[in-house]
Amino acid sequence: MASVYFDGATRVHKGNSRPSVAGVTLDIEDGEFLVLVGPSGCGKSTTLRMLAGLEPVDGGRVLIDGHDQKGVRPRDRDVAMVFQSYALYPNMTAEENMAFALRNAGVSKAEAHERVLEAAKILELEPLLGRKPGQLSGGQRQRVAMGRAIVRNPKVFCMDEPLSNLDAKLRVSTRAQIAALQRRLGVTTVYVTHDQVEAMTMGHRVAVLKEGVLQQVDTPEALYDRPVNTFVAGFIGSPAINLLDATVRDGRAELLGTSVPVERDLVGDADRVTLGIRPESWTIGSELDKDGIPLRVELVESLGAEVFVYGRHDGDPDGPRITVRLAKSQRPDTGDLIRITPVAGELHVFDAETGDRR
Amino acid sequence: MTDNAITGFDPNEKPAGAHQAEAASFGGVGMKIAGYAGMVAIFLLVALPLFWIVVTSFKEKPDIYTQPAQWWPANPTTEGYKSATTEIDFWAFFRNSVIITVLLSIAKIVLGVISAYALSLLRFPGRNLVFLVVIAALMVPNQITVISNYALVSQLGWRNTYQGIIIPLAGVAFGTFLMRNQFLSVPGEIIEAARLDGAGPLKLLWRVVLPMSWPTLIAFSIITVVNEWNEYLWPFLMSDDSRVGTLPIGLTQLQNNDGITNWGPVMAATVLAMLPVLIVFLALQRHMIKGLTAGAVKG
Repeated sequence: MASVYFDGATRVHKGNSRPSVAGVTLDIEDGEFLVLVGPSGCGKSTTLRMLAGLEPVDGGRVLIDGHDQKGVRPRDRDVAMVFQSYALYPNMTAEENMAFALRNAGVSKAEAHERVLEAAKILELEPLLGRKPGQLSGGQRQRVAMGRAIVRNPKVFCMDEPLSNLDAKLRVSTRAQIAALQRRLGVTTVYVTHDQVEAMTMGHRVAVLKEGVLQQVDTPEALYDRPVNTFVAGFIGSPAINLLDATVRDGRAELLGTSVPVERDLVGDADRVTLGIRPESWTIGSELDKDGIPLRVELVESLGAEVFVYGRHDGDPDGPRITVRLAKSQRPDTGDLIRITPVAGELHVFDAETGDRR
Repeated sequence: MTDNAITGFDPNEKPAGAHQAEAASFGGVGMKIAGYAGMVAIFLLVALPLFWIVVTSFKEKPDIYTQPAQWWPANPTTEGYKSATTEIDFWAFFRNSVIITVLLSIAKIVLGVISAYALSLLRFPGRNLVFLVVIAALMVPNQITVISNYALVSQLGWRNTYQGIIIPLAGVAFGTFLMRNQFLSVPGEIIEAARLDGAGPLKLLWRVVLPMSWPTLIAFSIITVVNEWNEYLWPFLMSDDSRVGTLPIGLTQLQNNDGITNWGPVMAATVLAMLPVLIVFLALQRHMIKGLTAGAVKG
């Protein structure tokens, strides 16, 4: 078990002028489950591979347990990786796959067998140990790949989108299993995903990356409640937050023809801001409520317990599309006009130019 | 004329899957007949000479030259085989062929695999340059190097020796090329996983990369064994007699024995020379199955 510290870690791929990972500084505590999340191409996998030693560090440092890993070979870092494709050895049985690293490290056959059995028990792989990867289902292969990582009892787990090849149902159950397993083993884990639900549900903390630059590291709740900029606000949360431009006058924001009170010290002297309003941060008023924003409903998505309503300001068909979450009892029909008002206190105020939180 | 007219494929027909779409594109009766005609033509082209060799080896000498041709021996005899194995020192040639083929094949396969491994998965400066040189070597016909090789080997006093035949032939470019491309096709994540699992370079080759490359390695081995077994020019130049000469050299001696060629024994010896490689081929090609990499990455 160990702590991990990225100290301005930078990676520039050959032929690129822009770094794939630009000066990421990230302190991961011993036993922590940290999720790296971001859209594809944001450098999250590269960051993970730098930690595993599969990718050189062009600037800054990567430290495991306080030791600079520069020049340390992947095999000597005591890091186990679970790959997106699982990368199982097709010529070996599940047991041989899991024991491979142990045998390479000089562990005796009997002890390796014992440790594989132990891991197999945790992962419910016992009846499958004699099978080769070709005879296993996707979910079983995923568990063998997990088993290969945990038998080594490494300092750090690196997981590179390990669930993205599973079907939706299996993904949800495996998600919970991995999180529980990590709590039980207490091994420092860095987990890469592009799926924000995985990010929100699995990690102690979540690091959001955009174009190689770290945007925010925080607990899932804080990330949702206090996003530092419009990118994080837009990335976390599904459906996405509504980001609406508003002009400010006398401590009130003019939002789609309605005036919304905003905190004066947040806005300062700016005359334009971007307001972030989550789909659930709206209240629906009666049709006669003249203070509410008139919303012409374009699309209604019913998810059973809740309903997502998409629409535009009535009379402004080219305006921004607004997402509103309603209870199923409030379900409108397409073409209806509803009046909505943002919930005071749940407004996120961002700078109109930089997108940073004010 | 459109493509559809040529292939007889009807775009309105709804194919249930890729295979049916393929089948549909060859669906016309005319296409079917043409296809079978082509197959028969090629079969005859390959099989007739072989058949003729086998039939002739069982014929009596006068029957070989009769007109019209006899498609089945009127008086089958094994006399050809008897004289093929007695007129020349057949078993000595056979022994030489086995020794030279086995040693050469081992050398070529080992060299091919390890050089391909170095050129594909190990990182060192000038790697691509070395690969280009190897490919360039592949482009030089060995007839061109024969004269200088001959001079060199003669100076070493290796004429009419096994090493004189084997060492100049042991250089390998084709195997390096073939195996390198095979190794490059092994998913990178598996190599990385093995590196993280603490596998050193040799273990990586032996336990991970090679087991995933069996089909290509077997194909390479078959090609090598057959080529070395049939190798003619260099052993012919190097050997003087049955001490180190290979079977093809023996066949030549049989052919020229009396000034007039007695085709019966020649064909019999040809059949005997063919059998071992045929057996090797049949034994190995069973292993050239697909699906050895199934389940390695993704599902």
